[in-house]
Amino acid sequence: MKEFAGSTGLVLNEPLLFEKGKKGRSAVSMVRRDVDYFPVSEELTGAGPNFPDLCEVEVVRHYTRLSTWNFGVDTGMYPLGSCTMKYNPKTNERQACLPGFAGAHPLLPDELAQGLLKMMFELERFLAEITGMEAVCLQPAAGAQGELAGMLLLHAYLKSKGRKCAKIIVPDTAHGTNPASASLCGFAPVTVGSNERGVLSLEAVAAAMDEDCAGIMVTNPNTLGFFEENIRGIAEIVHSRGGLVYADGANMNAVMGIVRMGEIGIDVLHLNLHKTFSTPHGGGGPGAGPLCVGKKLAPFLPIPRIAREQGLFRLSSDFPLSIGKLHAFYGNVGIMIRAYSYILSLGPELKKASRLAVLNANYVKERLRGILHLAYDRACMHECVFSDKLQAPLKISTLEIAKRLIDYGFHPPTIYFPLVVSGALMIEPTETETKEELDLFVEAIRQIVEEAGEKRELLYSAPLRTKVRRLDETGAARNPRLTFPFNDLAGKNG
Amino acid sequence: MKELSELKAPGDVRYTKEHEWARVEGDIIRIGVTDYAQDSLGDIVFVELPQVGRKYAEGEECGALESVKAVAEVYMPIGGEIASVNSVLEGAPGLVNSAPYSDGWIAEVKASGIADMEGLMTCDEYIAMLKGHKQ
Repeated sequence: MKEFAGSTGLVLNEPLLFEKGKKGRSAVSMVRRDVDYFPVSEELTGAGPNFPDLCEVEVVRHYTRLSTWNFGVDTGMYPLGSCTMKYNPKTNERQACLPGFAGAHPLLPDELAQGLLKMMFELERFLAEITGMEAVCLQPAAGAQGELAGMLLLHAYLKSKGRKCAKIIVPDTAHGTNPASASLCGFAPVTVGSNERGVLSLEAVAAAMDEDCAGIMVTNPNTLGFFEENIRGIAEIVHSRGGLVYADGANMNAVMGIVRMGEIGIDVLHLNLHKTFSTPHGGGGPGAGPLCVGKKLAPFLPIPRIAREQGLFRLSSDFPLSIGKLHAFYGNVGIMIRAYSYILSLGPELKKASRLAVLNANYVKERLRGILHLAYDRACMHECVFSDKLQAPLKISTLEIAKRLIDYGFHPPTIYFPLVVSGALMIEPTETETKEELDLFVEAIRQIVEEAGEKRELLYSAPLRTKVRRLDETGAARNPRLTFPFNDLAGKNG
Repeated sequence: MKELSELKAPGDVRYTKEHEWARVEGDIIRIGVTDYAQDSLGDIVFVELPQVGRKYAEGEECGALESVKAVAEVYMPIGGEIASVNSVLEGAPGLVNSAPYSDGWIAEVKASGIADMEGLMTCDEYIAMLKGHKQ
């Protein structure tokens, strides 16, 4: 057994930038002005923002120190369920930094942006091939916007058919943002429960799907980590009653190139490039939530779309049924380059990546069996869901287990979600973790569960090895401090 | 989480299977969530109150409780018009945790007749249901 990564060492303190610096310091030299002075109206001038004066080394040390307090997928395993925190190969960054890509201005005429447009055109085709859908729009800036765009398409399609629906079905194992996206389009979510196998039954959908229902929003695989095995029948019921099937692609990492979504009845699917296609996640950069649709929804896709005419690529807005524009220019293009790089790097091996993601999740599930309570005892896809049921008699909850994992050098998994499992721990190891790392993770949980018996106090105060100890989440939510008291600093920076 | 024996379930209120309670107080019925509900949710940080003057059906969603763990809907234990809400909870949501049956009440419903309460569980029935949950 290797040593755990969690350890203590010298951690350096670092104040806010506003508490550092001295008047007159600078990290840049402005170039000599070579144009004539031009007076600006007084209302546009003034004292300027209250930024501190800092020299370069102060800034570099500031951010370097803060980075040592942080934890990312480059630091260690980050098994957040339904978030697919896979490792992002560095070649993606290299390709995104190619001068032709990185230096391109969004207002370049199409003729001078052929490389970029070709990349986007091909990425659309790749994503269509991987998901088994007809047409793709790369524009949405994140998964949530992709979801909203998908619902807007659904709304536009139903309107074109003269239908007005007030409701939409959302299973209790759907991704958490689904009801919000539905509400924004004026659909009230109708919750349908999953069955004893953790999936939707035909009967439950048939009972909820009426004429006032726009269709269903289904996450497949769902947030319990199970493939919705009745999806074909469900889609038939929904379609036969005039509805559409929206699929949340949050968990596409389990089925890249394996499930042809169009053929199992999905009308619209969003992807998260920052989950499935290995682009930076969360605070690591902007996201991208491409929309993939079947034939009947294609005319409604956002504009501009990328067209190919006489060997030239161009942005075209000539789509009268389109729901319109969603993002400035054409979305987060830098992210698209990274996903394009990832797809070209793996090619047909993408399928293998999905299979390994599923294998890793099942390995963790089997190794943790008996240590934690398994919410649904059956083979899983890319993630597995446990609960704190076995630890509850010891007064140790999911939160304590999660916090203590940090001390062992692991990011905690997703906790208290999905809501259908009380005290849930949703673990998604992803394909990029090695067997040695998975074994260490399992061993860490085993030791924590042992500590729950003998060293309970340790668990209540964890994490003990981090720069910042356990946060008062309740206090932060009930009495948030949302402003910085600049006045208290007066004189300090003088 | 509390053991079953630690959970409070007073005899002067009636219960729903969604863990709300209702108590007749003169010409109004006061409603809230149970000790089990607040204990399961953990520290409550935000309460979305029902709309005063609006009529809700029995079982209809009328508000929400947000805790550090999750958001849970509040359903009407009985049908009726909201006479008033406990706006103190907007500034002090923790009252739902510390005093679920008293200061942590959520709303008052105009009583349209005591018969409304007959469909709800007594404390013994509610405790029996919780026993099933805990197993």
